[in-house]
Amino acid sequence: MQMPTPNAAILDRKDQIVKRLQSVLSDGAVVHDPIQTRAYECDALTAYKCPPLCVVLPSSTAEVSAVMRICHEESVPVVPRGAGTSLAGGALPTADSVILGVARLNDVLETDYANRIIRVQSGRTNLSVTGAVEEEGFFYAPDPSSQLACAIAGNIAMNSGGAHCLKYGVTTNNLMGVTMVMADGEVVEIGGAHLDAGGLDLLGLICGSEGQLGIVTEATLRILAKPEGARPVLVGFDSNEVAGACVSDIIKSGILPVAIEFMDRPCIRATEAFAGAGYPDCEALLIIEVEGSDAEIDDQLARIVKIARTHNPVELRESTSAEESAKIWLGRKSAFGAMGQINDYMCLDGTIPVSELPLVLRRIGEMSKDYGLDVGNVFHAGDGNMHPLILFDANKPGDLEKCEAFGADILKLCVEVGGCLTGEHGVGVEKRDLMVSQYNQTDLEIQLAVKDVFDPAWLLNPAKVFPLASTETRRAS
Amino acid sequence: MTLTTEADLAEAIVAANGPLRIQGGGTRDIGAPVDGAELSTRGLTGVTLYEPGALTLVARAGTPLSEIETLLAAEGQRLAFEPGDMRALLGTKGASTIGGVIATNASGPRRIQVGAARDFCLGVRFVDGQGQVLKNGGRVMKNVTGYDLVKLMTGSWGTLGVLTEVSLKVLAIPETEATLVCEGQSAETAVTSMAAALGSPFDVTGAAQMNGQTMIRLEGLEQSVAYRAKALQDGVLNGFDVVEGAASAALWSDLRDVTPFAGKDGAVWRISVKPSDGPALVRELGALSPDAIFDWGGGLVWLRVADEGDAGAKMIRDDLSHIGGHATLIRASAATRASVPVFHPEHAPIAALTQGLRAKFDPRGILNPGLMGA
Repeated sequence: MQMPTPNAAILDRKDQIVKRLQSVLSDGAVVHDPIQTRAYECDALTAYKCPPLCVVLPSSTAEVSAVMRICHEESVPVVPRGAGTSLAGGALPTADSVILGVARLNDVLETDYANRIIRVQSGRTNLSVTGAVEEEGFFYAPDPSSQLACAIAGNIAMNSGGAHCLKYGVTTNNLMGVTMVMADGEVVEIGGAHLDAGGLDLLGLICGSEGQLGIVTEATLRILAKPEGARPVLVGFDSNEVAGACVSDIIKSGILPVAIEFMDRPCIRATEAFAGAGYPDCEALLIIEVEGSDAEIDDQLARIVKIARTHNPVELRESTSAEESAKIWLGRKSAFGAMGQINDYMCLDGTIPVSELPLVLRRIGEMSKDYGLDVGNVFHAGDGNMHPLILFDANKPGDLEKCEAFGADILKLCVEVGGCLTGEHGVGVEKRDLMVSQYNQTDLEIQLAVKDVFDPAWLLNPAKVFPLASTETRRAS
Repeated sequence: MTLTTEADLAEAIVAANGPLRIQGGGTRDIGAPVDGAELSTRGLTGVTLYEPGALTLVARAGTPLSEIETLLAAEGQRLAFEPGDMRALLGTKGASTIGGVIATNASGPRRIQVGAARDFCLGVRFVDGQGQVLKNGGRVMKNVTGYDLVKLMTGSWGTLGVLTEVSLKVLAIPETEATLVCEGQSAETAVTSMAAALGSPFDVTGAAQMNGQTMIRLEGLEQSVAYRAKALQDGVLNGFDVVEGAASAALWSDLRDVTPFAGKDGAVWRISVKPSDGPALVRELGALSPDAIFDWGGGLVWLRVADEGDAGAKMIRDDLSHIGGHATLIRASAATRASVPVFHPEHAPIAALTQGLRAKFDPRGILNPGLMGA
């Protein structure tokens, strides 16, 4: 993975820059000892590492603004960091960059149940947003699997999704407003407790911009009343095609499950060996969850079962209790851990039209043989967001490179069939160089032009999202 | 000249030597009047892809909305964001196009629960002010590849580019619907009722007060709607009766199209505020003798005032500067629209970003100049 050559002039001025940053932050909020900055050398994409120049941990919007003013004056790149759970390398530093971590910005600023909103500082973790409102019967819908650790700031930067977005949408559909610090330190307010922007939808633009347009310090989020209950049904099939057809038929029937999860045979076998959830040994398995009162759930599950039966399932297990639900979810929830037991893995995130599911799974199987690397598929089938897990051995020379090439081929296939490179993880550094397979030069250029407007000096997370060659002149200027 | 292809449209923009007035069906004709040559997308028609099993539809921008709705209905599906028919309210003619719906982010009562047009638009193709053909997003429901220009284009009223094709997420038409109705509540009480209903687990898809009636909508499977209606009546709301079927649907299409204001004169504002601020805002505007409809749980206020002077613009926007929100002048005489900022004025740093983006997308400043302000 190529990263820009660090600017020697910045490295030389480290002491001066650190002093200036210390002058606007409280004691201990500037981490600059090389031993300590190593904690920030990577995010959850651990294959790539580089300690930053220093790390700042501001405690208020005003402090973030002061930091940005200094970095702007000093022309120092700034890499924003939420909780560092990015799987795409979104928070990967360069040696000449300041990591701006929002971990100390974790207060709840306002909860308003009558208007169904919560305003939080952006370093607050996803799950603790729900934690702040669940006693009143509310929850925050987007639920990335890292929700225990990941921060709202990162969720906004990557427009994170989760298992339940088939019904509730992703971050952008649940974000109502932000307080954002611009690259030059100016503080702007966009949106709020009211719906939709008056002018251009800048909020929609900022969400998913991977920390390249500004630093979000506060967010107004939509909260929803918790449904009365939820229960899944598990259905096993003897082919991926049939499972895919069943997903289509359920969606077409007008029932909107809150989640439709899909696992293929390699993944089923791995999780069975690991968690022993009692899954059938079959080619493909669906877990379909619906919400409502007990009677409403029974009604919906009955309709789903009726559809599933027309596809001759090899197994059909309807949950009738919390205990049975937990057992059905156990294997799915252990899937990543189970695959990790077997070997190192790389988790991909391409999205495809649901109708292309059988073709894409078949092609992945063929490529797996060609590359000599095993792959398991576990993903959100309702919206076509795939998560192929490619197994490789990080200690075996050449395996990582082979795995990356395999991954790139899968993502190109996703684009080929009408999908995209990333559904919820973001581009980061990981898929930066694949952007040209989805967008032509004109399509990319207009995106670069958008960054020019927000960050003319290209200091915010500059080496991400776009192929390095395409941003070189802008970063150098 | 009727343009029938994206390439022709791009060529026309390249060849333009002055301002262009971008038109779809011309049914949502609001904004400051644009003095320019008409550029219409009406000739770019046709649904290019429809996969009911993937909840996805792709159509060229000039495709009539009615054609899309008919096609979807045949498969038991619909555009869930409920775009309104503004013809009666605005006195416009013609047929609304899907491009116009997206360019104006036209969203109805269900916005409060399922989202706006911007939440259902998955991808766009458009021609920018230099005649470049661009695309963003795609046709899948989850897509975070690069910047989300789909949202930026949705609701940009043709000021950043001319849409040529849009892909949309569609949803199933529910088995049934019902509306819980209560007569004669004050605006404050109505908004409190709506908040209680929207804050319940009973999946409310509309909450409004129109013609003195507070209305709470439920949609879904028959048994489920009946259960939730009863649960709301028993435990959440007081004095609400159930209206079903066509009568229920009529209430919401009237609200969606702002029918109560259609036959009456005066200027009409569309104001978005925090729901609980709606009633107080209307009370404070008493000097304008306003006629109000509350949608979105109180957060969307349709306000009819006399079309005199600035049509209340200063008073309304002064109030909003304290409580937050924005007001758009939806209907007024051309004279009023020429003198009053139709779209809500932006704070300086936001206005600078808007201007910066427009300068990148349309460096010559020829796309609907003046429509959304300077």
